[in-house]
Amino acid sequence: MQVSVKKQGGTLYAALVGELDHHSAAPVRQKLDAALGGDINELVLDMRGVSFMDSSGIGVILGRYKLLRDRGGKLRVSAMSSYAERIFRMAGMLPLLAGSGTAGMGARRAADNKGGKKHV
Amino acid sequence: MYENRMQLRFGSISQNESFARTVAAAFAAQLNPTIEELTDIRTAVSEAVTNAIIHGYENNPNRAVELRCSICGDMLTIVVADEGKGIEDVMLAMQPFYTSVPSLERSGMGFAVMEAFMDDVRVESAPGQGTKVTMQKHIAVVGCDG
Ligand SMILES: Nc1ncnc2c1ncn2[C@@H]1O[C@H](COP(=O)(O)OP(=O)(O)OP(=O)(O)O)[C@@H](O)[C@H]1O
Ligand SMILES: [Mg+2]
Repeated sequence: MQVSVKKQGGTLYAALVGELDHHSAAPVRQKLDAALGGDINELVLDMRGVSFMDSSGIGVILGRYKLLRDRGGKLRVSAMSSYAERIFRMAGMLPLLAGSGTAGMGARRAADNKGGKKHV
Repeated sequence: MYENRMQLRFGSISQNESFARTVAAAFAAQLNPTIEELTDIRTAVSEAVTNAIIHGYENNPNRAVELRCSICGDMLTIVVADEGKGIEDVMLAMQPFYTSVPSLERSGMGFAVMEAFMDDVRVESAPGQGTKVTMQKHIAVVGCDG
């Protein structure tokens, strides 16, 4: 997973691109924590490029939430997919991520139906 | 009735988490699932495989995880099995927010996610006997108005 960060005053903007799972959790955690200098009290995670997230991803975000909270700061998530939102809600994290926004995901068929059901 | 099956054994390293969920989704694709159903399957498989690697094998990279997928009619069955340390209290382990390793930033949501995203989840496990997670999902046939 790619992590690109941009600092603006006391806010760190981090854009995540790729799959956030157990495999990518440790490097993502390291990159975020390295960029989270003591002067930063807000972290904004841009989830637009996150193509997959499971409970290990929730763990990374929950960990950063606690880190920010413990220094009196906050974490926001922007452009989360309806799927990510569902997992966040399950984990009871939606109320914690105040001011966060979603990016809709339509109900499309995985395969085009014009060829009928494909039986291989 | 249409039937198909596959099985796969792979090393217990974290790179194989995305490999396993991709393979399971590719196998499920023949049921013509929605994008949402595919994401459900991918996520549930990722949870079970990750658990096998980090809990079952405690990150030992030299063990093997098994993935078995089958289709019977419109029912998809996925089994993820390890021969790792097993679970002492399955009921407790499946409680939302329960994790045996809270220090590692785990949320304890893995089984809750599997149960929410699949229609049925069964866990067979005993200490020292490994763990077998069987998940089922009914993939609805596309309606005329769909
Ligand atoms: N394959 C397995 N082998 C041994 N123990 C397991 C296995 N799968 C799950 N467990 C036990 O069940 C507990 C709950 O699993 P669950 O996936 O719900 O949460 P977690 O893995 O601890 O956290 P998260 O999935 O949110 O990162 C684990 O903490 C672990 O103790
Ligand atoms: Mg888990």
